[in-house]
Amino acid sequence: MTTTATVRVTRAGRGRSEGRPWEVVLDGTVVDSLGNGEVIDLPVEPGKHALRVRAGKNLASPERPFEAGDGRTVGFSCRSRPQHPFIVQRSVFLLIASLFTHQSWIALTPDEDNVTDPSLTDSSLTDPSAASGGTAGTDTAGVTAPAPGVATAAPGTLGTPASLRSSLPRRPRPPPDPGAEPVLTVNSLTKRFGRRTAFSEVSFEVLRGEVFGFLGPNGAGKTTTVRTLGTLIAPTSGSATVAGIPLTPENGVEIRQRVSIMPEAPGLYLRLTVAENLEYFAGLYGLHHPQTRITDALDAVNLGDRAGDLCGGLSKGLRQRVGLARTLLSDPTIMFLDEPTSGLDPVAAREVHDLVDGLRQRGVTIFLTTHRLDEAEKLCDRVAILNTTLRTIGRPADLRAQLFKSALIVETLKPLVDPDALFASLPVVESWRDVHDGTYEVVVADPRLAAPEVTRGLVGAGADVVSIGEAQHSLEDVYLELVNEDVEAQRP
Amino acid sequence: MKWLDTNRVRAVVRKELRDYRRKRAIVVTMAVLPILFLIEPVVAIFVAPSTLSGGSLGKNLVLPILYLLLIPTVMPSTLAAYTVAGEREQGTLEPLLTTPIRQEEFIVGKAAAVLIPTMVASYVVFGLFLAAVALFAHPVVATAFFHQGPVLLALFLLAPLLSTWAIVVGMAISVRASEVRVAQQLATLASFPPVVVILLLAVGVLHPTFALALEFAAVLLVIDLVALRLISGMFDRERLVTGAKAV
Repeated sequence: MTTTATVRVTRAGRGRSEGRPWEVVLDGTVVDSLGNGEVIDLPVEPGKHALRVRAGKNLASPERPFEAGDGRTVGFSCRSRPQHPFIVQRSVFLLIASLFTHQSWIALTPDEDNVTDPSLTDSSLTDPSAASGGTAGTDTAGVTAPAPGVATAAPGTLGTPASLRSSLPRRPRPPPDPGAEPVLTVNSLTKRFGRRTAFSEVSFEVLRGEVFGFLGPNGAGKTTTVRTLGTLIAPTSGSATVAGIPLTPENGVEIRQRVSIMPEAPGLYLRLTVAENLEYFAGLYGLHHPQTRITDALDAVNLGDRAGDLCGGLSKGLRQRVGLARTLLSDPTIMFLDEPTSGLDPVAAREVHDLVDGLRQRGVTIFLTTHRLDEAEKLCDRVAILNTTLRTIGRPADLRAQLFKSALIVETLKPLVDPDALFASLPVVESWRDVHDGTYEVVVADPRLAAPEVTRGLVGAGADVVSIGEAQHSLEDVYLELVNEDVEAQRP
Repeated sequence: MKWLDTNRVRAVVRKELRDYRRKRAIVVTMAVLPILFLIEPVVAIFVAPSTLSGGSLGKNLVLPILYLLLIPTVMPSTLAAYTVAGEREQGTLEPLLTTPIRQEEFIVGKAAAVLIPTMVASYVVFGLFLAAVALFAHPVVATAFFHQGPVLLALFLLAPLLSTWAIVVGMAISVRASEVRVAQQLATLASFPPVVVILLLAVGVLHPTFALALEFAAVLLVIDLVALRLISGMFDRERLVTGAKAV
């Protein structure tokens, strides 16, 4: 028994002059019209078909053959090709286009966002190993079908990267194997500019596949550290091994070949298109098959359909995505992302988080500098806090445990009459402090075991207990504790 | 040269040419400037007194011919001054420096990207000028003009060398300049010194001969190559990124 397949055609409009409906021609017959920015679904019988989109008698896309499988949705995206910069008058371009390029006036490309395959089961979507192990395949029609285990976009979720969306909702990933090979080793690295010390005696290791957060206040030396490890700046003293290569001036080219750095501002050539920007960097990295790499990188950040757009016309969030695509081009051993969400609005920042999380799921080693603690907490396996010197390093949970004793937060309806006597009478309580009226932080060895005894003691003393729970310290608490220590230490 | 990866140089050239094409002001300037410089020589040739003897007439034609060398000298200086300072100003320099490109590849690529359109524009204008003289000038003037062998040789030989000089000087200023406007002003001024020799030829202090043209070209070639090496040394990643020299 066969199930009807669907062809989904999306028209990505650009200019106000492109408002005229285009004809959708399926197997040589005009079946529908498509307005600017519209999406249409066409039911088709499973089998081979051919699709073309036509703006007029002479202006059309090339005919795209494709094969529709049972119950599948095959997606195509169409848009007019960008106007050549030499052609000032659109009418002249139209004339030339009609004479010479009538079969390529409209670009009609497979749209991965709108490909579905019913063979994908729920279990395959939640298999973490599948998310990093599969690769997309291409069928005979040139339509990309998802690899087993890789989820595709659900309709209505535009703006979230399709190829990385498998990571959403965010799943905890097992920490990198502690026995994994370090790809970055830093020993007592110091950088001074004259009498000013940017960072001093910094030592740490980053393991393969790890997302390593490098936190610190403004001016702590984060960016200078990244620049030093990326061979843009020479260290004053100390040593490092980056992607297996000793950090020396002679090894600069080789190190830069193996790492990629996204500075705080993506630094795109605004008069060039997205694809041209990436093409330039593919050339600088000497990549073989650059077009394939560019397509893959753009797909990874869900910008496949924006390849022809000028970077000057993109929003800040989209530019950041292009910057990320650029760092992916060379398939680096380590990606350095320097404050990737700086200056972005919450929605754009969330998109970048999703992208980084997607890369994390794929096992890419990422060195992320940020002063956004929520970002580090969400994304990083381990974090280091830098304030010219390295203040601490470890997993966020371990840092919390190191700095803060385990405690219960007790809330009562009214303040206790004699809290000192009450808590002193409970053997599980090590110490306590008054947080504010009726709220107490009670330090205990094991909050889970101590909670019942503390509750009984409170009730026995006639207190009206509103709530009792384990004290939760965020990475922000850890950060503030350490940075405030530095501020205190600097006071005369 | 072993240390040059031609793929990277090509990538820089291709990107630069694309970038120029998208900037209409650059395209228009590149088209208009040579035409402006063509006006004076054309007028000079067409009003040249055909009654003069061959020798005297020839002397009158040296200046208009050599005046055309201002095209390859002046035209590239502003573009060259933009190469590094412009990248820094638009925030594209740091991402570029994080790639495996060597400073020599960057310099050669950027220089070639300025040199190519400059030479195309210059030689097209030279060709048009020669064609105009051959077709429309008074036959006596045209004959005297085409007898200026050393000057015509200098015109074609010195054009790329003067252009390279202007580019190298412009880029050197661009590496050190704090902003694009300053770099462009200084580069335009700094591109002129070689023109002094041409002026000495034009006013008769130096006498144009084939040997002199070749000697001047050889000296300029050496200066250009040395300057290219020097500028590669000036291209210090740390200074470009932080403004401070590596310690």
